[in-house]
Amino acid sequence: MKEELLKKLQQITEQNLLDIEAHKEKGNHAIGFYCLYAPTELAVAADAIPLPLCGTRQAPIEAAEEVLPRNLCPLIKSSYGFAATDTCPFFKFSDIIVADTTCDGKKKMFEIMNDIKPVHVLQLPQNQDTLISLPPWKAEIEKLITVLEKRTDRPITTEKIKNAISLMNRERRAKKRLMDVTKAKPSPLTGMELVEILFKTGFFADKEKGIDLMNEISDLCHKLIEGRESPYTDKTPRILMTGVPVGLGSDKVVKVIEQCGANVVAFENCSGYKQTFQVDETKDPIMALAEQYLSIPCSVMSPNQGRMDMLKEMITEFSVDGVVDLTWQACHTYNIESFHVSKLVQDTFGLPFLHLETDYSESDTEQLRVRIQAFLEMI
Amino acid sequence: MISAGIDIGSRSIEIAVLENGTILETRKSDTGFDPIGQAGKLLHDLKFDSIMATGYGRTLFEIEQDAPTVTEIKAHARGALYFFPEARTVLDIGGQDSKVISMDPSGKVSRFEMNDRCAAGTGKFLEIMATALGFSIDTLGDEAMEAEKDLIINSMCTVFAESEVTSLMARGENPREIAKGLHMAVVKRAASMLRRVSAEGPVVFTGGVANNPCIARLLAREIKREIWIPDNPEMNGAVGAALIAAENCTFH
Repeated sequence: MKEELLKKLQQITEQNLLDIEAHKEKGNHAIGFYCLYAPTELAVAADAIPLPLCGTRQAPIEAAEEVLPRNLCPLIKSSYGFAATDTCPFFKFSDIIVADTTCDGKKKMFEIMNDIKPVHVLQLPQNQDTLISLPPWKAEIEKLITVLEKRTDRPITTEKIKNAISLMNRERRAKKRLMDVTKAKPSPLTGMELVEILFKTGFFADKEKGIDLMNEISDLCHKLIEGRESPYTDKTPRILMTGVPVGLGSDKVVKVIEQCGANVVAFENCSGYKQTFQVDETKDPIMALAEQYLSIPCSVMSPNQGRMDMLKEMITEFSVDGVVDLTWQACHTYNIESFHVSKLVQDTFGLPFLHLETDYSESDTEQLRVRIQAFLEMI
Repeated sequence: MISAGIDIGSRSIEIAVLENGTILETRKSDTGFDPIGQAGKLLHDLKFDSIMATGYGRTLFEIEQDAPTVTEIKAHARGALYFFPEARTVLDIGGQDSKVISMDPSGKVSRFEMNDRCAAGTGKFLEIMATALGFSIDTLGDEAMEAEKDLIINSMCTVFAESEVTSLMARGENPREIAKGLHMAVVKRAASMLRRVSAEGPVVFTGGVANNPCIARLLAREIKREIWIPDNPEMNGAVGAALIAAENCTFH
């Protein structure tokens, strides 16, 4: 049953490139996004497909290092490398790139990427104080509307934004419902399956198809939970992963944790639970978007209390036995913030904590395995 | 019952055989390029009821000999408790890695930190520096203790430190003082790892580098904590593994 659904996911993924092509042939557009902070609703409101472009694979990094410094975060190098080598179909499809001034590495990389394809960069405030940071952020979103209207030649009306918010809220609810199935003990899904589903559904041209598929998987998982069918037992250690995003190709830590006999049940990161918010549908849509997106708790924000609040909620709700905090090499903000996360996990919850710093390559797999095994011995 | 522990490290292999908490025998050899072959030679004619492997070669051993394994973190914590029942903190500096382990009052590992990315601050680092200075590794620590003034070595990377040592020698600095500076560099690195992982109390110092008297003395001065060193500090991991092997058998 589960295998059939994963097969269906693979079929839609293969069909997806053709779907995007067909959509574009009708005179529509595709818009590339790099971070969670830019509201994809605005692309949808311009009849365009929003495509997440964040690089998760090792392959293009070597090419990126011809331009970018070696000691830079692999996510930034991979993202740039895909663009420079023209090996990502989604980058190719994108008519314009929407990016944000999140971390230093990314914002400077986008300046160089602009030579390959036009990149519109949103100036993201570095704190979430609504009095100080919300007005300029709202102005950035209003400017983005103008940019997208011009590029797509479609008017982005209030009505269309409202409809887009409603659609994307439904998608995020389906995603949250899917991610919440692993609250069951034991969980019906492996962490690797969850990574694969979240990663692949992210590119779907047809949002409705994605929502239906996620709901179908959730329904099946609830049946599995009722029948107590799981690859795990009640004794399998349940791990929460926090920190940097993880996708197919940058999933080695999830793989090693699960090879060592534990189950990654939750992802507190921007490829996971940070995507589960809802935009207020009762407010002025532009204000609602500005407020909700500004409150995303990435470590680029200072302070970043929202992440601690999300962790507290998730540690309890997913009944986790330990927390692994993942930092991509040279990601200063997540690396430093690990200090506060370790205090929260160890002192407030009394749970084993492991901070790992690594990149996309396989060179340190055995060193990671020792740390992960020793961490699991602590549970 | 008789249990054995084998610690297959990057530089050396140690075996300890225990019966009811008493060490019957220990053996040691270089790892070389064929860890499993070396382990087999060491194990030849040894008699035991159960064996547990640890160290970086443990997985290979598990496949070859169908033996259970434990991480070196847990093995070192258990070994330290055997030699010093009051121990709560372990610093292990081996051939090519270093680690600090903190235990809760029941002896369970509560946190740890490990450096195994490069040879910085390990036995291999001291070995290469001894060669560069023309000392034997066995007397390097004694030579360093003869130094009359303090020299600061800034590079921790083995490759960079070697060039720093070369330029210090070219400047006419005394090799003993350079040696002391190198020891201090290792100590500073270990001390900051210690402070991050464990705040207070005596430190059990294990691994081959614990045999170096200069490191132990400088470390005690740097962190202002008692340093406890078992008789054969490099045997700690193997003893810990043997104890865990015995405990697992009783448990099952």
